[in-house]
Amino acid sequence: MDATTSSGRKDFVLAVEGLTVSFDGFKAVNDLSFYVDENEIRVIIGPNGAGKTTVLDLICGRTKATEGSIKFRDHELTRMKEHQIVRRGVGRKFQNPSIYEDLTVFENLEISFPRGRSVWGALAFQRDAQVKERVQEIAEMVFLQNRLNERAEYLSHGEKQWLEIGMLLIQDPDLLMLDEPVAGMSVAERKKTAELLHRIIQDRSVIVIEHDMKFVEDIAHRVTVMHQGKVLAEGSMEWVKNDPKVVEVYLGH
Amino acid sequence: MPERIAFLHRKDVIGILILAALLLVVFPLTLDSFRLNLVGKYLTYAFVAIGLVLCWGKAGILSLGQGIFFGLGGYCMAMFLKLEASSPENTAIQTTPGIPDFMDWNQVTELPWFWEPFHSLGFSLIAVILVPVIFASIIGMAMFKRRVGGVYFAIITQAIAAILTILIVGQQGYIGGINGITDLRTLKGWDIRTDDAKFLLYFVCCFLLLGSIVLSFFVQDTKLGRILVAIRDKEDRVRFSGYDVSNYKIFVFCFAAALAAVGGAMFTLQVGFMSPSFVGIVPSIEMVIFCAVGGRLSILGAVYGALLVNFAKTALSENFPELWLFAMGALFIGVVMLFPNGLAGLWSAYVAPRIDQVLGATRRRNAITPIDPAATPGE
Repeated sequence: MDATTSSGRKDFVLAVEGLTVSFDGFKAVNDLSFYVDENEIRVIIGPNGAGKTTVLDLICGRTKATEGSIKFRDHELTRMKEHQIVRRGVGRKFQNPSIYEDLTVFENLEISFPRGRSVWGALAFQRDAQVKERVQEIAEMVFLQNRLNERAEYLSHGEKQWLEIGMLLIQDPDLLMLDEPVAGMSVAERKKTAELLHRIIQDRSVIVIEHDMKFVEDIAHRVTVMHQGKVLAEGSMEWVKNDPKVVEVYLGH
Repeated sequence: MPERIAFLHRKDVIGILILAALLLVVFPLTLDSFRLNLVGKYLTYAFVAIGLVLCWGKAGILSLGQGIFFGLGGYCMAMFLKLEASSPENTAIQTTPGIPDFMDWNQVTELPWFWEPFHSLGFSLIAVILVPVIFASIIGMAMFKRRVGGVYFAIITQAIAAILTILIVGQQGYIGGINGITDLRTLKGWDIRTDDAKFLLYFVCCFLLLGSIVLSFFVQDTKLGRILVAIRDKEDRVRFSGYDVSNYKIFVFCFAAALAAVGGAMFTLQVGFMSPSFVGIVPSIEMVIFCAVGGRLSILGAVYGALLVNFAKTALSENFPELWLFAMGALFIGVVMLFPNGLAGLWSAYVAPRIDQVLGATRRRNAITPIDPAATPGE
C-alpha cells in the first residue's frame, strides 16, 4: 500500500488508511485500509464483532480514531466534528431506526432538509414551497406520502427504517452509509426496501453493512470481508465467496 | 377565527386571551392590593416556569439551578435600586455616606468597582438580561460542548446554585450577605413601596409575562423548536443530520435564563428586596415543581402551575406552616407518578375533548339549521 500516491488520487471518494481504534487496549479496528470509488456500492460483511459498525462510527466521527487517516474527497475526517462531516456530504443510517418519534413524518424530513442548520438559521427557517416539494418527493420515494402528518412513533418498524433512509436522502449525500438496512423487516418490506435501495444508490457512493447474502450479491460492486478488526479479503462477491479464509470464518457457518 | 394567526394556533390564541383576561381583569377586580401584589410575586416565578418548559420539557435539559438566573436578574435590579436609596442625603448618618448601608456596617469605605455602572438605569436593565445570559452561556459552553447532559448536568447546575448562595452569603460587605439587598425605595424618584406603584408594577409584570409567553410560542413554532424536541428524542440523529447540537442546547439554556432573570427583576421591584434565599437549591427545585405541576410541555400550563402551587403554598403556610414542605414533596411525587404531563396533560386528555365535543355538536346543529329551519324551531 502506498499512502502518498493513493491519497493524492482524486478518483477515490473515500480513502481509509492504517485506521486503528483501541478501546482500553482492545483493538476493535486494527490497521485497516480500504478505498471506495465514485459511484461504487461497497458491502462490508463479516462475523459479529468484526468491527464493521465501528468502521462506520469512525468514518462519521462518532468514534475518534486512535491512529490512521480517513480522507473523504481529500479532506481529512478524523479531526472533524460529526456535523461538519455530514455537511461535507457523508450520510449515515443507524442499525436501529433512529427517528424523532414525537414529531410528524413531515417534520422528521423537514429537519433533515439541508438548510438553516445554524441556531439563527433554524429560527429564521421558513417552510416554503421548495421544502414542501422536496419533502413530498422524498416521502413518495420511501412509500410514506400518505402518512406525512402522522407522528413517527405510530409507524411500523419497516416504515421507520424507510423514514430514516428518507431523512438521509433529503440531504443528498455523496457518500451514504447504511448499517443493516433490511434487518428486522418482513419479507414484503424487505423486497420493497431492496427495490428502494436500488433506486437511491444511483449516482452516489454507498457503503452497506449487511448479512443477507442474497441481498449482498444483488447490489455489491465489491465486497470487503472483515474479521477481528482487519480486512480478511476484498473483491467481487464471486471472488470472496471462493476464498477459503472467508468460508472458514464467515460463510461456512 | 382562522385556524392559525402567524405562529399561533387558534387554541393557543384563546388560551392566551383567557389568561390575559384572568390576569388583567379578574384578579385586579377581585383581589385587594395585598393579595394582588402576592399574585404579582407568583407571576415572577411563571417566567422561570415557561423558560423551563422550553429547556426541560421540549429539549430535555433539566436545570436544577434556575434560581441562579432568577437571582442574578433580581440582584442586578436590586443593585440599581439600592444605589438610588443610598444617596448621600439618605445615608448621612453613616461613617461613609453615599454607599449602601450594609457596606458601611461591614467597614467597607468605598463603593466597589462592580457597583459603579449600576448608577445607570439603562445599564442595569441591560445587565438584568445580559449578566445571566452570559453566565448561562459560560455554563452551557463548558457543559454541552463536552457532551455533559442528563442527570450530570442537573447536579452541576444544582452545585452552581449552592456555590452562588455561599458566595453571596460570604460577601456581606459587597453584596449584602444573608440578608440580601433590602430597603429598596424608589425607581428614578418614583416610590415603589406605595399601593399605587405596586398596582402599576403588577400590570408591568403581566404585560412582560404575556410578551414572554408569545415569544416562547414563537420559538416553539420555529424549526428551532422542533429541533429541540428532536434533540430530546434522538440527539445523535440530529447531530448526524448536520446540526451542532451543543449550540442549540446553549441557546435554549440561555433563553430560559433570560426569562428567569426578567422574573427575578420583577420580583425585586414588586417585593422590594432580593436575597440569597431565592437563589439556592430549594427555590431552584421549587421552580422545577411549578413547571412540572403545570405541565412541562405546555407554556400556558406552566403559568397556571406557578400560580396554583404558590397559592397553595401561601394558604398552607398561613394555616399549617409546618405542613408545607411535606405537601410540596407529596405534590411532586404525585405529579411524577400519576400525571407526568401535569395539569396541562390532564386538561388535554380529559377536559379539552369534552369541550370539542360540545362545541362540535353546536357547530353541527348550526350547520344543519339553514337546510331545514323548521326542524329546529328553537334556533
